[in-house]
Amino acid sequence: MKVRNQRDAEKPGLVMTPMIDIVFQLLIFFIMTFKIVVQEGDFNIKMPAAAMSEGLPDDTLPPLRLRMTADQAGNLTGMRLNDKNLGNSENRFHKLHNEILNIVGDERGPGSVAEEAEVELHCDYDLNYSYVIQAITAVSGYISEDDRVIKLIEKIKFKPSREQG
Amino acid sequence: MRIQRPKAGVEEGDMTPMIDIVFQLIAFFMVLVNFTDAEQDERVKLPSSELARPPDGLMEVPLTLQLTKSGTVIFAGEEVPVEAMDHYLLREAQIIEAQGNTVAEATVIVRAHEEAQTGKVQELIKKCQDNRFEKFALRAKQEEESG
Repeated sequence: MKVRNQRDAEKPGLVMTPMIDIVFQLLIFFIMTFKIVVQEGDFNIKMPAAAMSEGLPDDTLPPLRLRMTADQAGNLTGMRLNDKNLGNSENRFHKLHNEILNIVGDERGPGSVAEEAEVELHCDYDLNYSYVIQAITAVSGYISEDDRVIKLIEKIKFKPSREQG
Repeated sequence: MRIQRPKAGVEEGDMTPMIDIVFQLIAFFMVLVNFTDAEQDERVKLPSSELARPPDGLMEVPLTLQLTKSGTVIFAGEEVPVEAMDHYLLREAQIIEAQGNTVAEATVIVRAHEEAQTGKVQELIKKCQDNRFEKFALRAKQEEESG
């Protein structure tokens, strides 16, 4: 009987090509759909229908009126907190923040000015929304050195805006 | 003289390290892939705020309204003028009530473009109020703290 030389027999190699094809396709899929998602957060506002048109009668503190004016392109042209003009310089929101800090003081918790005070936003119709968010940021708190959010005034309401034109 | 035949067969490189790396890359992208961003839309670029931190918990009854720069609302995949939102908001209010919740406890998440007109945002809020919504969340994207 003739015995075959087993050394010469071909090794059954694993075919890698289809797997590599699929793996690369998966890789391309995940790379193409990869999107860095920016963290988002909310400013919570409780605003029933009556609060938009009329002030709440039982408020102990009069609301702080923040008037924001805009040009036709939507740029902020002026800002005024009650009767105080905050100007239109780069640090206007910083000034607003300092004003709010002065009004609110260091006291926090139930019954404090921070909890009772309310800010009314009077904005021009055309004003870019980003300025409103900047103003709400300046009014509603700041980040402390230990990276905590320190809240200031949380009650915010919109007054009907002045029509465009 | 005897000439040696060259060995038949193709020289194959070792594929193992490459496959290792490729699988690691796939695992990386699979873990980071985000399927929960259904409410995000390319047409809306949110304003940024340093106080915009992700909420601690999920909202119980959320309703997301996206306002574009041109003042239309992206709602259920279509762009609707703010003036025509009553119909949609009424329907949403009915759905919320049919689910056993009250409209007042629903939170309207306003995702408005940073260059949208504030007046349009207010009009949208007014429409929601007319349909008995009371709680609003103005959404902003997180900004790196400056200074």
